[in-house]
Amino acid sequence: MQDDVILRLEGICKEFPGVKALSNVQFTLHKGEIHALMGENGAGKSTLIKVLTGVYQKDAGSIYMDGAPVTINSTQDAQKSGISTVYQEITLCPNLTVAENMYIGRTNEMTTSWKKMNAGAKQLLDSLQIPASPTQQLSDCSIAVQQMVAIARAVDMDCKVLILDEPTSSLDEREVEKLFKLMTDLKSRGVGIIFVTHFLDQVYSVCDRITVLRDGTFVGDYLISELPRVQLVSKMMGKELDSFEDIKQEEIADTIDRRSEPVFEATGLSSAAGVNPYDFTIRKGEVNGFTGLLGSGRSESVRAIYGADKVTGGRVMMDGKEVKIKKPIDAMKQGIGYLPEDRKHDGIIGDLSVKDNIILALQVMKGMFRPISKADAEKFADEYIKLLGIKTASAETPIKSLSGGNQQKCILARWLLTNPVYLILDEPTRGIDVGTKLEIQKLVLKLASEGKSVTFISSEIDEMLHVCKRLIVMRDRHVVGELTGGDLTQTKIMSTIAGGEKK
Amino acid sequence: MAQNSLSKDQNFFLKIIKKQIFIPIAALLVLMLFNLIADPSFFRVELGTSSLGYPVLKGNLITILDNASELVILSIGMTLVTSASGGQDISVGAAIALAGSVVLRVLCGTETRPDHLHAPIIVAFLICCIVAMLFGAFNGVLVAYFKLQPMVATLILFTAGRSIAAWINNNQLPIISEPKFGYFGNFFPGIAIPSPIFIAILFMIITALIMRFTKLSLFTQAVGINAESSRLNGINPQFIKFITYVILGFCVAVAGFIKVSRLSTINYSVIAKDIEMDAILAVALGGNALSGGKFSISSSIIGAYVIQFLTITLYKFEVPAAALPAYKAIVVIILVVLSAPVVRKKLADMKKNFAAKEAN
Amino acid sequence: MKKKLTDSNLLLIITVAVFILMYSCAVTMLGGGFTKSQTFLNIFNENAALIIISCGMSLVMITGGIDISVGAVTSLVCMCCAVHLDFNGGNVFTAILIALGIGLLFGLVQGVLIAYLEVQPFIVTLAGMFFARGLTTIVNSTQFNVENEQFKALKDTRILIPGIGSYNKKGIFIPAYIEIGVVVALLTVAVLFILLKWFRLGRSFYAVGGNAQSANMLGINVKRTKFFAYLICGFLAGVGGFVYFLHVGSGSPSHASGAEMNAIASSIIGGTMLTGGSGNIIGTLFGVMSLSTIKNIVASLGLDDAWWTNITVAAMICIFIVIQSVVLSRKNKSSH
Repeated sequence: MQDDVILRLEGICKEFPGVKALSNVQFTLHKGEIHALMGENGAGKSTLIKVLTGVYQKDAGSIYMDGAPVTINSTQDAQKSGISTVYQEITLCPNLTVAENMYIGRTNEMTTSWKKMNAGAKQLLDSLQIPASPTQQLSDCSIAVQQMVAIARAVDMDCKVLILDEPTSSLDEREVEKLFKLMTDLKSRGVGIIFVTHFLDQVYSVCDRITVLRDGTFVGDYLISELPRVQLVSKMMGKELDSFEDIKQEEIADTIDRRSEPVFEATGLSSAAGVNPYDFTIRKGEVNGFTGLLGSGRSESVRAIYGADKVTGGRVMMDGKEVKIKKPIDAMKQGIGYLPEDRKHDGIIGDLSVKDNIILALQVMKGMFRPISKADAEKFADEYIKLLGIKTASAETPIKSLSGGNQQKCILARWLLTNPVYLILDEPTRGIDVGTKLEIQKLVLKLASEGKSVTFISSEIDEMLHVCKRLIVMRDRHVVGELTGGDLTQTKIMSTIAGGEKK
Repeated sequence: MAQNSLSKDQNFFLKIIKKQIFIPIAALLVLMLFNLIADPSFFRVELGTSSLGYPVLKGNLITILDNASELVILSIGMTLVTSASGGQDISVGAAIALAGSVVLRVLCGTETRPDHLHAPIIVAFLICCIVAMLFGAFNGVLVAYFKLQPMVATLILFTAGRSIAAWINNNQLPIISEPKFGYFGNFFPGIAIPSPIFIAILFMIITALIMRFTKLSLFTQAVGINAESSRLNGINPQFIKFITYVILGFCVAVAGFIKVSRLSTINYSVIAKDIEMDAILAVALGGNALSGGKFSISSSIIGAYVIQFLTITLYKFEVPAAALPAYKAIVVIILVVLSAPVVRKKLADMKKNFAAKEAN
Repeated sequence: MKKKLTDSNLLLIITVAVFILMYSCAVTMLGGGFTKSQTFLNIFNENAALIIISCGMSLVMITGGIDISVGAVTSLVCMCCAVHLDFNGGNVFTAILIALGIGLLFGLVQGVLIAYLEVQPFIVTLAGMFFARGLTTIVNSTQFNVENEQFKALKDTRILIPGIGSYNKKGIFIPAYIEIGVVVALLTVAVLFILLKWFRLGRSFYAVGGNAQSANMLGINVKRTKFFAYLICGFLAGVGGFVYFLHVGSGSPSHASGAEMNAIASSIIGGTMLTGGSGNIIGTLFGVMSLSTIKNIVASLGLDDAWWTNITVAAMICIFIVIQSVVLSRKNKSSH
């Protein structure tokens, strides 16, 4: 067994300012196996991949290829040692031909022989049964074929280890099928494949082994046959199955008045971001949640409610009246607030002050020509800084210099200031400290008790159980279940998330 | 830690340096000091007579304030455009030629030496505003909706603007003999200070009022810093970008009006030549990032005065007008290199290393 | 599976078609001069320098950048060479060295600033343009003709093309000719065509323009590639400057004013995408020819002033930007 190990990582550590991304992580890859690397957000998967491909330099630990230690300081080093990567986003040049994309940047020769290149490419494409012509421009191929061309390039570079980083997230089922065929083919040629994905079904249909990471640490390395789905989910979430029951259930449930009016109702809602049509209702004073693994479509679903992506279908009712929500401003006018998942990219306006960030949404709703007076703005800012306990030097400090948790509170303040009837919070507690997490959870419950409706999304099931009274479970961009009352247990949630498994 | 050990005075000093407006003011002071040492008479202001025979103030300082007026007005619009779209409009010089040409066309009709004005001056001004704003809108549409890089989009009018200006007046160079028209670019009778200075001040006041009574600056900055966040907060980033170009169009109209009023005629290929360079430089000198985002209009305004100061100083040292761009180009290169992220990072690293060494 | 053209080839075909259409329109509607072979060759004689400069511009645009200093560098080269030959008693050979040196120096500095310090290309080359213009007037502020004999001999050298020509009114056969600059220009086109098609560096230009990040992942040194693009563009501005000088035989601060716009326009008309990653040197050659033909048409329509050419050039840029975006969006839609 030992001698067919092609890649071994030992004691890998990587630290970023303030965050320990990887600590003492190990990983072993055998010849001719497809090895899934699993973990929730922030588990350290992508950091590990980046260390392996030379994008990041590790702080400690060692990497062995075929038993011999190697140093990887750049992407070129990784390629030379036989490690190739295919990313979720195509990292090829769309304007070049298929053949060129397979060969460019690989030799030190001054000139290119098109004839030789096209012939080589044709042979390789045929042998891997990739439906593309060497002289075709890459952008004329479908995404799946582009991905396969990237794999073909990697294979041709004599790679021993092929890393596939979420290659399937933009493919449809038939395309995934083709990709899997290619993967099995490569496997039989003795290539070791590391497969990163969020789709459990896919893991169980092609992989041989699974390594699970959580919070930057190594959880375990399992044979696929030894790790049923529910176990895998629990390992990723970090909860042992037996300890599930005694965690919660103090008050919960029952408190929602089933007869209270629905505030927001959607039927057949779908968006261009790839959410399959779904129905959804939320009542006054209710806190519900969307759960599912990353990439299951939970964020895309709430974005569709807010009109953040192009809405492609469905009817939406607010307080029983049909309304049109096409743009964020439409949703805001209906009293919907949205705290986005990606705080840095979609939430804060980095260079602006805390004050400006807080008043922004209210100001937009009032319009450009009815400014909030300086005094009012200061009053609002001070009020919410105090109310939410935002730690900032002053209201004039640029928001980007605050810590993550305080930035998040500012964005919460932004929406609270607009006095919304329905607030969507997508991962409001991600990457912030425990104390702040609790504060935010309490705040959500308080808002609900004041009669506001809240949709709460979190990767941590514990947290969801604390605040939500109803959970909508998603898998592979479909709503697969709705849990309330007694069903709100970790076990039940996990088995619903895992799904598809016949016991 | 290091900051705690600093005395209060140093802290105060640091605070001043950190202010954005510090850069242009420092540049202005350096220039003043340089002139003071080289030739103190540079600052002398005398009483002269205007072409109409009224007593007026003359001197280098007055010239600087007077000549900088168009640039100041342009730099306001350019700051907004830069902030929202992260690029600059290089067609402003050509657009000024165009605006000026429209004014003359309206006032002169088709005559080249009209003995009376064909329309009231205010009508000419308003039409010129509309045309200039339309041209701004053209640029704005290309940038905001067609998503062209601002400099490439404005290249089109940069190439064609002066030619269209000439075409508007059938390639004639009309001259207006009516003295009233010249008031706006020179002196109002009985007033000793050049009128462009008043127009520039009036423009600044209007800008200040707009900034005070609308949230244009908040919206513009939000779009420039993070367009996606802005969109999710209900702002329409494309419209904001578009509108900044229209506002710049208005600034161009006012600047063009002053320019033609100064001479009561126009020279299509020379009027406002290279002013786009100066306007961009004013924005950069004001410490505004050329890649967009936060801005300070007052810094840009002072930046504009600094540039005019530099120009007059160079004239004083008998640098020919045509050679001026070479010197300004050096200033630009120094500025952009110093503000380049790569260089900034290197400098910061060097500073850190230096501090670390000192601590050891 | 239906085979599709690459973007570069598709745009090239459009350009060539537009040129042929335009020239045949000129021949049929305006006739006269346009039917003479010398008129056709004069397109090259008049625009040899522009062809060379546009080639450099196309290179830079293929990598996704822009260089607007080329016109001013041309003017600076003319002035320096003129001063060198007439006032300093230099010879033609050293003048050529000066021309190439100036071009290389501009390319070098701009390349370093843009590729390695990551400053916006437009700002850097705008400053470069103003610097070169200012420097030209500092070297000499007035226009003057060069009287150096050696140079004049070179300037007046005409290469006769055997077999073509036309008969003048008296029935005497006048053979068609080209100037030396045309040879240099066509040589440049040939060399760059080979570079872009078969050399690693040339293909890297396309890769970087297509997607710089991907190119980096594919193992291409993006910074060095960009640097070379600006270096070559600067060098070609030097070469183009000398060819321009050879054509006009004088130095003047107003020489080649607006040449950068013509070069950009030629590249765009020739099918080079402003967004980078697509373009063809042959297309650029046709771009220059189209531009020149349009100017000739404007002139022969009697709209004989510089203003009209500027307006038509701007309109052509505008139209071709639209054509590019329409053609490519159609194409992309049909493929999905």
